[in-house]
Amino acid sequence: MITRRTFCKQALLVAGGTVLPLAALELFDPRRLLAEKEEGAKVRWVFLVDTHKCVGCGFCVKACKIENEIPYDAHVSRTWVERYVVTKDGRTLIDSPGAARDGFTSSKIDQNSAGMVEVKDEEIAKAFFVPKLCNQCDNPPCVQVCPVGATYQTADGVVLVDRKWCIGCGYCVMGCPYGVRFFHPVYNVAEKCTFCYHRLHKGMKTACVDACPFGARQVGNLLDPDDPVTKVITSERVSVLKEEYGTKPQVFYLGLSMEVK
Amino acid sequence: MVHGEAWTLKEFFVYPNEYIYWSIQIVMYPFMTGLVAGAFVLSSLYHVFGVKQLKEIARFSLVFSFALLPCAPMPLLLHLQQPLRNHHVLMTPHFTSAIAAFGIVFLTYGMIVASELWFVYRGHFVARALHLRENGRGVVDHLLAILFSLLTLGAWDVGEEALHRDEKAVKVLAGAGIPVACFLHGYAGFIFGSVKANALWMTPLMPVIFICSAVVSGIALCILSYVAVCQLRKLLGRRAAARDDLSPGDEPGGADPAIVALTARYLLIFLVLAITLELLDLIFRGYTAVKSWDILRSVIYEKDFVKIFILQYGLGNLVPFILLSLPRLTIRRAVAGTLLVLLGVFMMRWNVVIGGQAFSSSFAGFMEYRLPIVPESMETFREGLGGALLVAGMPYFLFFLISRVMPIFPSRQNY
Ligand code: SF4
Ligand code: SF4
Repeated sequence: MITRRTFCKQALLVAGGTVLPLAALELFDPRRLLAEKEEGAKVRWVFLVDTHKCVGCGFCVKACKIENEIPYDAHVSRTWVERYVVTKDGRTLIDSPGAARDGFTSSKIDQNSAGMVEVKDEEIAKAFFVPKLCNQCDNPPCVQVCPVGATYQTADGVVLVDRKWCIGCGYCVMGCPYGVRFFHPVYNVAEKCTFCYHRLHKGMKTACVDACPFGARQVGNLLDPDDPVTKVITSERVSVLKEEYGTKPQVFYLGLSMEVK
Repeated sequence: MVHGEAWTLKEFFVYPNEYIYWSIQIVMYPFMTGLVAGAFVLSSLYHVFGVKQLKEIARFSLVFSFALLPCAPMPLLLHLQQPLRNHHVLMTPHFTSAIAAFGIVFLTYGMIVASELWFVYRGHFVARALHLRENGRGVVDHLLAILFSLLTLGAWDVGEEALHRDEKAVKVLAGAGIPVACFLHGYAGFIFGSVKANALWMTPLMPVIFICSAVVSGIALCILSYVAVCQLRKLLGRRAAARDDLSPGDEPGGADPAIVALTARYLLIFLVLAITLELLDLIFRGYTAVKSWDILRSVIYEKDFVKIFILQYGLGNLVPFILLSLPRLTIRRAVAGTLLVLLGVFMMRWNVVIGGQAFSSSFAGFMEYRLPIVPESMETFREGLGGALLVAGMPYFLFFLISRVMPIFPSRQNY
């Protein structure tokens, strides 16, 4: 017969025994150890796009596709360029034919199944190009929703996908408000812009930054006050895309217009 | 070809990487879990709340719920780009994700249903095993005897007291199962409702709407299958009677209209709840008219008008509501009503899942989903009509198998 006293004793023992190994997990959290060793992060990769300088040549898209081995003719891309044409009567027409891999070769605007739309030059109030890429958000919903942790954020702020662990559920694709994610046509896992993480770590710039002949794209370290990108971001009037989603995007734009989606 | 390209048609400006990534299988997923949850709730009405008249359909729907159970994760497997890695969800669940706990919730629920079934059928297993041991002839009977002995799990006591204890256990499990069943399905609603990037999905009402429509669809399917099985039995019984020269009184009767009418009443209650919530959501969106309302309005009132207002609300809700609530419900009218209800709930799932992707997140263009009918590749089979039919047909196959071991109607044989 078990008395209440022994029962309580044993229950405590069992509970204690189960909690102990869990406590060890907390003690040896590798990320915290690393953080303590490094005394906080020193690098936060960010991007700066100067839309005034972009001419829509698409060299960045081409370079990205080749550098990151996204099948050249597949209708997906880690980065793309959008064209905005605002008419005098207030209409906004947007397109990005083939992600603008070959630039904008026609003045007609590709409206997909609605056909090509011609806008006469004299009807145009303003027109401009906007390059897009992953915003490497500080509060990335794509990381939040991944059920297996295959999408993760590195200490220097870049969001990456583990191709060996992704189950291909597509939740992250749905969770990203910027539509930057897709499925890799060869590996069949979630795919997105990585700021060319492999290049950054060798001290190089991203492929698109190197390919842009006009300097519309720049990459830099926000935690380095002497970085030219940081200087622009901290001293000039920059904006970000879709701030209302609370994702804290880290791609900063110069010269964004209210029509930009 | 890129995943999604085969069935997506873009109009105006859509981001280059945007396609309809969640297709028919993700429509099937909440539809199937809804049926599971609904069937279970129906069976619990008898076990927990003691609605005596539901006794016959309660057993039926419990077994049916069990047959539906494996079909809930099936569409997810068919949808995954890497189906063989599905166990990663259990190995490294990332709990900030709404999908991460799916395996856990699902297994918990499965265990509850399985143990409830076991308590319901333990007496039957024992009787069957003993009977087969004594009178069994041949290899098949021998194997069956072993199967039933195994199913008893060594609990052979079928005394008055033991059986009474079984009944108590059933009651407790059925009670515990209701919140879990609701959670299982409300959870499916949360998977959609919590996607802040999707203007149509993001609403805290989503889980509740999902639960109500789940119960509606589950009850409807149970009524329908109950009637079908009864008619089938009647038919077979008549044939057997003709063969064996039994007196006509021995053959099983058809579905009981009283049971059907009572069950239909429960269906109506949940139907009203579901519609109220859905309309509330719609009115609220129109009234607050935030940034996304412009594009949502053109999807709801123009692009998807037929699917939402004709098929879902009209044919799927209003017509069956009238059919089922008019007095003197006949079996035939009930069948027509429940069929339409099922259509309505399916369309609701469709309009949420596909409708939520009918517009670009740039709010400047639309996407249209073309369900692949003729499979040209594995992909268009899995995420096409073929895959959907496979998922829809599976529960009947399983139900047939399970009902061999767990008879759903009181049998005329004595052991
Ligand atoms: S832009 Fe999209 S994919 Fe990139 S970090 Fe933000 S949410 Fe994730
Ligand atoms: S598709 Fe891959 S990376 Fe994206 S949420 Fe699913 S498992 Fe994670």
